[in-house]
Order: sequence, then C-alpha cells, then structure tokens
Amino acid sequence: MAELTITKNQNKTFMEATIATDSNENNWSGGTQKPLGASYGKMMMWFFILSDALTFSGFLGAYGLMRFKFHDSWPIADEVFTHFPFLHGLHAPMYYVALMTFILIFSSVTMVLAVDAGHQMNKKKVTFYMLLTILGGAIFLGSQAWEWKNFINGSYGAVKLSDGKIIQFVDATGAQITLESFVKSQQSERTQHTANKGIWYVKEAKLPPFTLNEIVESFKANPKIAIRTEQVDPELKSKTIIPHNEAMGFLNEAESVVMGANLRENEYGKTLFANFFFFITGFHGFHVLTGVIINSIIFFNVIVGTYERRGHYEMVEKVGLYWHFVDLVWVFVFTFFYLI
Amino acid sequence: MTHAQEHTSHTKLIWKVFAILSVITIVEVALGIIKPDSLYLTKFLGTSPLNIIFLILTLVKAYFITWFFMHMADEKKGLRRAVVWTAVFLIIYLATLLLIEGNYIKDVLGPLTKWNY
Repeated sequence: MAELTITKNQNKTFMEATIATDSNENNWSGGTQKPLGASYGKMMMWFFILSDALTFSGFLGAYGLMRFKFHDSWPIADEVFTHFPFLHGLHAPMYYVALMTFILIFSSVTMVLAVDAGHQMNKKKVTFYMLLTILGGAIFLGSQAWEWKNFINGSYGAVKLSDGKIIQFVDATGAQITLESFVKSQQSERTQHTANKGIWYVKEAKLPPFTLNEIVESFKANPKIAIRTEQVDPELKSKTIIPHNEAMGFLNEAESVVMGANLRENEYGKTLFANFFFFITGFHGFHVLTGVIINSIIFFNVIVGTYERRGHYEMVEKVGLYWHFVDLVWVFVFTFFYLI
Repeated sequence: MTHAQEHTSHTKLIWKVFAILSVITIVEVALGIIKPDSLYLTKFLGTSPLNIIFLILTLVKAYFITWFFMHMADEKKGLRRAVVWTAVFLIIYLATLLLIEGNYIKDVLGPLTKWNY
C-alpha cells in the first residue's frame, strides 16, 4: 500500500510539472487574463477570420489565374450582369450589384451601431440594430438569388461550336441581339421529354426554344445580322465581330444552342466564368446565410437578456466581427467580378 | 482604449465611415459604368489605369471596414500585426505567384487557340 501511494504522489508531481492543471485561477481559459488585450473568444474570432480570408484569397487567386490564362477571351462583366428589377429589357450594368453592395454596407453600419449600443449596455438599441442587421442580410440573400436567377436564365441566347467556343449574334450596329428577335420558328416535331411521355426514368435537359437548324436558316435569311466571337480585341476591349459573309465558316461548326449559364455551359462565353461566379458568390452567400443565422441566435439572446445578466455585450461584438468580414469579402468579390 | 472611453458613443465616427464607404462605392460604380476611354483603353503598370484605381479604392474600403467597423484600430499592436501582416503577406505572395503563372500559361497556350473558321 505504501509503495503504491508513493508512486501516485510521484506521478502527481510529474503531471504538475508538465501540464497546467489549475483551471480556476489566472490562466487564459479562466477568462481573467487577456493576452494582447483581447478575450479568448475575440482573438479566436480574429484568427478564424484570418484563415477564412486566406480561403477566399485562394478562390479569388484561382479565378485570377484562369482570367490571366484566358485574358484574350474572358466574358465582359458589363455584358453579363445587366438586369435591374422592374426595368425589363433595359441595359443597366452595375446598378443592381451596386445596390447589393449598399445593402451589405448598410447592414454593416447597423451591426457596428449594435456593438456600440452594447458598450453602453443599451439593450433596446442593441435589439433594434441587430434586427436591422438581420433584415439587411436577408435582403442581400434575396438579391443574390435574383442575380443568380438572371444569370442562369440568360438574356440573349447563343450558339456553341463543336470545340466549345460561344458565338453570339449582333445587329448592324454591333449590339448584341436575342435569338427571339431574328429566328423564325419552323414547325418542329421534337417535343420536350417528360415523365409521362415515354421512359419515366430518363430525364432530358430543357429544350432550347429554337433548334440549331432554325437559327442557321434564319441567320442566312437575314443579311443585316452578324456574329461575335469570344475573342476580345485588346485595343478596343470588345469582342471581335465577324461580318455576315464570313460567319458561315463558324456556324458550320455549330453544335448546340445555349440559353443562360450553368456549370457546363455559359451563353456569355467561358464556362469557367460561370463556374467561378457560382462557386465564389455561392461561398460568400453561404457565409451571409451563416451570418444571418448566428446573428439571429444572438438577437434572441439579447431579447431574453443573456448579456444583460452577463454584464457585457461582447458576444455581439464577436458576431459583429464575422459580419463585417462577410462585408469585407464582398468588397473584393465586387471588385474582381464586376469592376475589373 | 481605456475603460472610460468604452462607454462613450462612437456613432458620429460610424456615420462618417459609412459616408466615406458610400462615396467610394459611388465613384467605383460611376467609373465602372462610364469607363472613360482615357482610363480604360490606355496601359499603366501592365493593366489599365482604371483597374489600378479600382484596386486602390478597394483597399481603402477594406482599410476603413477593418479599422473602424471591426475596431482593429482599438486592438493592441501585437494582435493587429499578427492578423494584418500575416494576411497581407500571404495574399500578396499567393496572388503574385498565381497571376505570373496564369500569364505564362496564356503566353504558351494563347497562340495555339484557333479563332478562324
């Protein structure tokens, strides 16, 4: 028995020498000491933000690499994102994304006002500003969904060549025109396959409104229209227009009709553009969604008085950091996808 | 930041920063819509002057958001440097390598792309 006690004691001394066991005194996890003047939670939030920033940099860097690689044929953002609510058919580049940017900046302002009110222990104000922040985030998410919808549905329609290049149609002035504006539909026997018309487990992608043949025939019949390739003229920074009489060389290679954009094809040009757009704005949107959820949790905690009882509103500050970071990422996404 | 200061309201500063961010965004959007030929079609430091302007304005915006909305200005120097210097160094490093590589691939593969049919 005596021997055993000695071993135990020795063991204890050994443990104490290597591992800090006093968790209730002045070490970090007790929350009394603050290295670098920041609490454990706040500092970890900062380092999470740092690592998340590097993740986003990786994505945007990959986007940059591909954009440099296809510098001479990258889609021009101004020609892609041109929709604005209630202004159908009007060419309104940038306006919508500018609105989205303002929504996010404003929700950042209400967030920082909530943090400020928290410093003054003003529960009513914190509640109000948190609510505004959550609303702003929700509106941004809705706007993002609308932007995606427009991009997925497309605006003009195009033709894809056998090697994957996209051919768009332009009028005499060089402005892009929709397929509907010049293609005459011939009676086609091809109908969309649905579950009740044949083999139920075979799915078919949505049929384009026109067949390739109809487009080529209508193009031949209309000498005023021309085509445009993806290739960007470095001097004028606009896509190369091929006159009507040379266009058939391209259209003979045509393989399919492309409407809108998805992960496999993109009527605006490079499929990679759509891939990166969906992935990066999607990943950012997922962050916004997470932010809205976390903000909502904190919002209810504020209402039931959790932080009033705790004596400080630092939790609001921590979610605030995350929320501002989401805004910060959007600033860069906005620049690299829409401006540059 | 001392304890006494923590309880004074910073709403004035917040609205000021909001105004600055708004003005910068409006300038960016206006330039993006107008795209003046003298800035858009000319070359400067390997790209157009317009792109350089956008980059600088973006970094200014990032500075204001980090310093005044995320209160980085109030953090201790050590924490600030641990976060900001790390990010700035790694991002510049990564971006430089990736963009040089992208440019190289373009120089090698670009001439092989067929544009005449």
